[in-house]
Amino acid sequence: MRDRSTAADLAVEAVFREEHGILLASLVSRFGDLDLAEEVASEALEAALVRWPLDGVPSRPGAWLLTTARRKALDRLRRERAYAARLAVLRVDAERAGPAPAADAGGELPDERLQLFFTCAHPALPAEARGALILRCLAGLTTPEVARAHLVPPATMAQRIVRAKKKIREARIPFRVPGPDELPERLPGVLQVLYSIFTEGYAASSGTRLQRLDLAEEAIRLARVLRRLLPAEREVTGLLALMLLVHARRRARTGAEGGMVLLEDQDRALWDQPMIEEGLSLVPPALAGGPPGPYGVQAAIAALHDEAPDFAATDWPQIVALYDVLLALTPSPVVALNRAVAVAMRDGPEAGLALLDSLADDEKLRTHHPYPAARGELLHRLGRLPEAAAAYRRALDLAGTEPERAHLRRRLHEVESR
Amino acid sequence: MKYMLLINSGGVDENGGAEGCTVEDWVAYDKTVRDAGILVSSESLADLVTATTVRVGPGGERTVTDGPFAESREVLGGFYVIDVPDLDVALDWAARCPGSRGGGSVVVRPVADFGA
Repeated sequence: MRDRSTAADLAVEAVFREEHGILLASLVSRFGDLDLAEEVASEALEAALVRWPLDGVPSRPGAWLLTTARRKALDRLRRERAYAARLAVLRVDAERAGPAPAADAGGELPDERLQLFFTCAHPALPAEARGALILRCLAGLTTPEVARAHLVPPATMAQRIVRAKKKIREARIPFRVPGPDELPERLPGVLQVLYSIFTEGYAASSGTRLQRLDLAEEAIRLARVLRRLLPAEREVTGLLALMLLVHARRRARTGAEGGMVLLEDQDRALWDQPMIEEGLSLVPPALAGGPPGPYGVQAAIAALHDEAPDFAATDWPQIVALYDVLLALTPSPVVALNRAVAVAMRDGPEAGLALLDSLADDEKLRTHHPYPAARGELLHRLGRLPEAAAAYRRALDLAGTEPERAHLRRRLHEVESR
Repeated sequence: MKYMLLINSGGVDENGGAEGCTVEDWVAYDKTVRDAGILVSSESLADLVTATTVRVGPGGERTVTDGPFAESREVLGGFYVIDVPDLDVALDWAARCPGSRGGGSVVVRPVADFGA
């Protein structure tokens, strides 16, 4: 009995995780209400847990879940007249806003998940809630799972999500895909949310684990979905390429005791070659057919690292050139810092250090530990040991994760013992 | 759905215009809002030096003070209440409002609906 139900549970879980976003998006699109959609989606899952072990998993599990969830929503609307009346007003208003976008010329139904991406990443929502909403609504994670991934207490995460949903409902943030004229303004916001989920998983800003792979993998999964929905958007392709090319190095990034391994010291044999191949194949389409976007350029930089046999043999002139392009697209002190490190590799530590020192007055870099850490490395290479030690100490005062701090302590020790 | 657009002007000059927008811009915007059929109400507020604040204490005593005076450069200068389908549409109207330029800003607040 136990075995049978466990197998069915696993089948339900697999299906539900896969179908959750599609299911929820279609329910939202039909009823215009996220709470109702989430409620009946989970009721449908519960029903599946009861029925499937008895009747077997249906041939089209997603369709079964959708039909069941819709029936439950209609039951509830019949029971609760006031609620139904409120939703009816919403529907009328939505129709007043203009006719629904016609299905594509091919007559294919649009995948409704795209609407949910834009609603969850809406700029009117607080930044820390956007990623959580996307993980919940589109990746099918539960609130405790989202909380664990972000290392915050479940109650805190629940409150964040409840508040964001209240704003969606009461300020009436619409479930719609921005028109072509709005897309250039709105799409970067969605990409930003996916990239933050990825970087959050990749280098936790605090805590003992350097990498939280689950979040990075969820971000990649979501980027794949978004790319299927917006195949012509080159920056979506660029973002997916960037994530794959960085994530391919995950196994080489942490050492035996969980310590951080710098790019230059990584065992490149541990890199995930199929993932690199996939990432590389996406770089040309991300860059072709128009001016490059920031994610496409970052993917190209990651690609040069991934293709290099070792750190010294990396195509540094090309990397510096790409950083020049990136700096023009998104002027930021952090990009300038990375460019300075690349210049140090191309022209020697002195040239890099001169560029770093020219950034010394920047407010943001003042509290950004990679800045003194990079200075420490270059001073170290130049044999200016007391200055290197001071820079490493400064970085240690600022650094976030324990593996990063351990790495800095090792460097400091090397400098001090010479 | 009703939204109030609270217009916080940046530095206002003597003619009521601000950096980046003229009185003509306001007239044109006002006409567009009216022509679109979305206007519920709108007012423009008199200069802040004319403002008076009233507070009533626990014993019913009334305190009347001059002001408030702006602590920041931004001062509530007027509002529109518009009736539009959703927040995105309201944000579009806020972005078209001359008060959102020249260092000013427009705060968009849904009007509470008590289920009338």
